[in-house]
Amino acid sequence: MGRADDRQRILLISSAIFIVLVITLTLSLKRSTGFQWILSGLTVGSIYALIAMGFSVIYSSTRVINFAQGEFSMLGGMLMYSISVKGGVPPWIGFILSVLIVTLVGAGLERVAIHPLKEQSVIAVIIVTIGLAIFLRALAKWIWGTDPVKIASFSGDKPLRFLGASIVPQSFWVFGFTVIAVVLVFIFFNRTLVGKGIRAAAMNKDAASLVGVSSSTSSLLAWTIAAALGASAGIVIAPINFAAYNVGIMLGLKGFTAAVLGGLGSFPGAVAGGLVLGVLEMITAGVVPSGYKDAVAFVILILVLLIRPQGLLGKSEDVKV
Amino acid sequence: MFKKSTIGLLIACVCLLVAVSIGAVGCGSGNKVDASKSVYKIGAVLSLTGPAAPLGTSEQKALTMFQDELNSGAGVDGHKVEFVIVDDQSVPEQAKAAITKLINQEGVSAVIGTSSTGATLAMVPVAQQNKIPMICCAAGTAITDPVKSYVFRTPPTDRMAITKVLEYLKNKLKVSKIAILHDSNAFGTGGADELAARAPKYGIQIVANESYGSTDTDMTPQLTKIKVTPAQALVVWGTNPGPASIAKNMQQLSITIPYIGSHGIANQKFIELAGPAANGVVLPAGRMLIPASIPANSEWRKLVDTFYTNFKAKYQSNPDTFAGHGYDAGLLITDAMKTAGTDKTKLQEAIQSTNGVVGIDGVFTYSPSNHDGLTTSDLIMIKIQNGTWTEEK
Repeated sequence: MGRADDRQRILLISSAIFIVLVITLTLSLKRSTGFQWILSGLTVGSIYALIAMGFSVIYSSTRVINFAQGEFSMLGGMLMYSISVKGGVPPWIGFILSVLIVTLVGAGLERVAIHPLKEQSVIAVIIVTIGLAIFLRALAKWIWGTDPVKIASFSGDKPLRFLGASIVPQSFWVFGFTVIAVVLVFIFFNRTLVGKGIRAAAMNKDAASLVGVSSSTSSLLAWTIAAALGASAGIVIAPINFAAYNVGIMLGLKGFTAAVLGGLGSFPGAVAGGLVLGVLEMITAGVVPSGYKDAVAFVILILVLLIRPQGLLGKSEDVKV
Repeated sequence: MFKKSTIGLLIACVCLLVAVSIGAVGCGSGNKVDASKSVYKIGAVLSLTGPAAPLGTSEQKALTMFQDELNSGAGVDGHKVEFVIVDDQSVPEQAKAAITKLINQEGVSAVIGTSSTGATLAMVPVAQQNKIPMICCAAGTAITDPVKSYVFRTPPTDRMAITKVLEYLKNKLKVSKIAILHDSNAFGTGGADELAARAPKYGIQIVANESYGSTDTDMTPQLTKIKVTPAQALVVWGTNPGPASIAKNMQQLSITIPYIGSHGIANQKFIELAGPAANGVVLPAGRMLIPASIPANSEWRKLVDTFYTNFKAKYQSNPDTFAGHGYDAGLLITDAMKTAGTDKTKLQEAIQSTNGVVGIDGVFTYSPSNHDGLTTSDLIMIKIQNGTWTEEK
């Protein structure tokens, strides 16, 4: 036990040192150029972090990895386009309406497709989420067509400059939203009775139901929260990302990688994982003369799964039989 | 003997008879599809979903419109024409499966398709083996170079677009150092390789050659690298939405060197996505995008004007260049069918001897050594100003 703990600590510290080293090296060698990469990386990383949080919400409540998480963000962005850009409804009402609709969709899907599988293995449910993702994508394609659409930035496009780098105002919306989301979700799951109950149900269904926590309700709640989170993330990032029926795939994959990197089920881990992934990607895109920076995400994913499956900040779970 | 009135009646009768028979002949020979004649089936593999969907959807719209126009007239010599459209999902394997299915199960006599270079290249061997004429809507140089006997194309090639860009850089901008930023897919890499290979002949040096992934949304890392090079212009080779992100990122980083795009962004979507950042972007495109650039009163201009009117009436939007590629593919095959019918070998010969047929993209002339149809002069350079296209002379 003690030896394994030590090994993990060493791994954690060395990976932290590695990341700090990469950033310092980049900054010292490239100065303002390197700073720009890191700034861009933090923006992209916040996007990944938001998606990763959705993964973590459902995982920590039901042990299910929801591969339709990216599609919630896609739906959020596309609905925002229909309601506010096409429909002319004020953006903040459009935001609330879009999130509300996606939340209902999330809750509905849980009742229709996930709930009936409560006696099935987690793997079966995960496979169903892949099916849901394909279904939502096809639905979006049918409704909105295949062209990417533009949603205006919340507060203009005039870039802000400092230290030789520049950043678009929308990035601050993404940063701010990430902070608010992580705080709210963290408080909900760690400080409220309902949140604690949900986590208890995930650890032991039967024991939780004995003390009055229904695993069926907690699964519904988790999906509702994850859908709301995904949708609002999708809307906040749409001005940077462009919304399109197929953006959910890449968002989902990157978000999943960030969640695994940070430790599935850990909310601070999701944020850390997202930011680290974003910064490493952008530095790679700048240093390596190629467009294959996506490979970084997947190499990291494989390495983490091989070396430290519980992620950077996740606790190792010893399941005793 | 005969009363005058009787003669008058007789003449009137003869007149009526002649009029009716002329009318009947008119109907029978030129204006209607003859139901007793066999239907000419033409397959069309198009990318209706996946990354190339915006291209495929335009092509499908134009092709459907062409089919309706044709069948509301006389079809091909009275034969009704049917385009059997299959989606390849922008995936090469699917494109290959689709053409095989069209040949074996639908029994089509020619095939149109497909929208992207990668998927088209997967269809080429099938068309060659089955000796079935195929006209594609993709621009990759490798499709017709070297020439494959049964494979033709309608769009201007990437090579023509690159020639146009290099001429523009040399003659108009008079620059000697450029940077390239390209999509890492087949279109982007192919274009960048060709640009890099031919630039020296125009006295142009490539000082940076960067790439990005098709789904990337932030290209500031590549652009910051380019910013510190002595590049006097940036050539971006890719399709939406990447180049729109690049235009926005350039504005963000205050990079002011000219942005020259590819013909892959010659659509309204690019302007919509990039917003004000699209202003000043210059790109090569078919003349049909700006009908005013086509000589007035020419047959070509008349066809394009009618095409715009009909397309707008049917789909409530302006056609883009891809719509032109799809329309021309249908036009060229049915034109060849007028002389060759559905015999595949004769059809191949008829398409290959197409000479001066006026389409939307230009005036087509194929030969045994040239299956491209168009020439560089069918292209113009276009500048985006205040959200609209203007010809950059």
